[in-house]
Amino acid sequence: MPRLIAFRIAQAIPVMFVVAVLTFLLMHMLPGDPATLIAGDMADQDAIAQVRRDLGLDRPVLAQLWLWITNLAQGDFGKSLMLNQPVAEAVWERLPVTLSLALVAFVITIPVGIVLGVVAAVWRDTWVDSAVMFLALIGVSVPNFWIAILSVILFSVTLGWLPSSGYVPMGTDFWRWLASLIQPATVLALFQIGYLARMTRSAMLDVLDQDYIRTARAKGVSPRKTILKHAFRNTLMQVVTVSGYILSLLIGGSVVIEQIFAMPGIGRLLVQAIMARDYPVVQGTMLMLGFAFVFINIVIDLIYAYVDPRVRYD
Amino acid sequence: MTDATVPPAAARAPLSPGAARRRILMRRLWRHRSFRLGAVILLVIVLMALAAPLLSNGEPTKMNLRARFAPPSADFIFGADNFGRDIFTRVLYGARISLWIGFASAMLAAAGGALVGLASAWYRRLDGVIMRIMDALLAFPAILLAIGINAALGPQVSSVIIALAAAYVPRMARIVRAAALVVRELDYVDAARVSGASAGRIIFRHILPNCLAPLIVSLTFVFAYAILAEAALSFLGIGPPPPQPSWGNIIAEGRDYSVEAWWIMLFPGLAISLAALGTNLLGDGLRDVLDPRLKIEA
Repeated sequence: MPRLIAFRIAQAIPVMFVVAVLTFLLMHMLPGDPATLIAGDMADQDAIAQVRRDLGLDRPVLAQLWLWITNLAQGDFGKSLMLNQPVAEAVWERLPVTLSLALVAFVITIPVGIVLGVVAAVWRDTWVDSAVMFLALIGVSVPNFWIAILSVILFSVTLGWLPSSGYVPMGTDFWRWLASLIQPATVLALFQIGYLARMTRSAMLDVLDQDYIRTARAKGVSPRKTILKHAFRNTLMQVVTVSGYILSLLIGGSVVIEQIFAMPGIGRLLVQAIMARDYPVVQGTMLMLGFAFVFINIVIDLIYAYVDPRVRYD
Repeated sequence: MTDATVPPAAARAPLSPGAARRRILMRRLWRHRSFRLGAVILLVIVLMALAAPLLSNGEPTKMNLRARFAPPSADFIFGADNFGRDIFTRVLYGARISLWIGFASAMLAAAGGALVGLASAWYRRLDGVIMRIMDALLAFPAILLAIGINAALGPQVSSVIIALAAAYVPRMARIVRAAALVVRELDYVDAARVSGASAGRIIFRHILPNCLAPLIVSLTFVFAYAILAEAALSFLGIGPPPPQPSWGNIIAEGRDYSVEAWWIMLFPGLAISLAALGTNLLGDGLRDVLDPRLKIEA
């Protein structure tokens, strides 16, 4: 295991390097002159030139890239223009919001998606299967921001059961934290639940067709045990494989959901930064999320190797 | 008597093997219930989008202050918005933009993904570099990558297409690469190489056609994602700019009035859901018939 961990981390370094270069190039394509933007409307030519020199924008692209990478290596992600604060700090402050939202949604997605998929597979080609798969199809077809608006009209405006916006930190009050998250997280989870249910069903059907399931049934193992122990355990491998993708979808989806529920998370920061042309924040946010996913993928690979001892990387 | 009952199929002109195969495939697809339902739903939506000038008042941006917030009625079957614009007309014209963005970005992603995947599978020395770049792109959630690229290119239809295509290229490339790696080891590829076919000919005439099944299936699902993603981008205000209607920006504009004038945001949302539903059904059918081994869409 330690060798595997070392190997995966070594493999991740070039990917992280490419992530950094890509983000740099992306922001280099941004329209407008950042120096003019940073210096502000009142600045004269000298002031703009000064800012340009300070930021190294007058140097060749490769030199700028080098500066950007070396700064990153020292933990310097740049400075926000609109917030007057380092990007890393701005992202760090908002991280708990996005993380809470994504994790609560993840905790809802995994059991619900798996149970729906298994139920559909076990009762395949019956009305149960059709009904569950129809719901799953709706889940992957309906835009989540639209459902969010409808949900707010129903649960917040009409019934008044749940808050329509805002976020309460967990440290303030656990129950109010949960109450502020339950609606956005459920709406956010719908697509992923549908996706996971569809995937679990087809993986489960695959396993149920295997010879060892027939053997188990033939030798008189109870149907319950056949499904839970023989079939489901092997299906679980596939679920681990896609869990990283699901988390990635959740973080991506949270950008829109945070906007609707006015939650001060990373997604909202990103959209505000785009509107304000605060390019260091756009760059830094993208980069930190990219790094986070490289890390998440390593963890998932390791879980995979742990769950299935046959998996070994050379 | 036996002579008289010649099966009608035999009476037809003999088909080339390719055409016969295609015909069998079409018949199997059409017999698939989800495919049929999905195809009909999509066809109706596409036809309505094409016939928008005939079906509606033809002026999606025309304001009519006397009709402000008119609820659905005989005159305005989907109601009117805060500028008195007819929602039905806007949804039909919005379909043109939303479907075009979905279609163009899915096609572009497929073409890009095919090129990258084939290059990676054929030129093994490039594989490492190409796949590291694809891994890096995959590290970003697709919608985030699209937001970032779109922010760099500015809010236009073309940049939404490029952004969404770029976001889905890595997924397509992986699928094509995996298929091409299997195909390139087959005997007939060796045979083509031995008989002196050029690399380009082998890649495009011999390998690509046998990677098409998974490509077409994921193309369909990417089309569905792209419709949803375009709507999300427009909703965030970084899609095609108003007053030109797209399904996403009609919802964004109607959001402030979602309680009193629910019809503004309800109908475009239904249109998006229906288009994505139809596409997903179509994709399910294509997957079952073309590539039953494929588990996960895109």
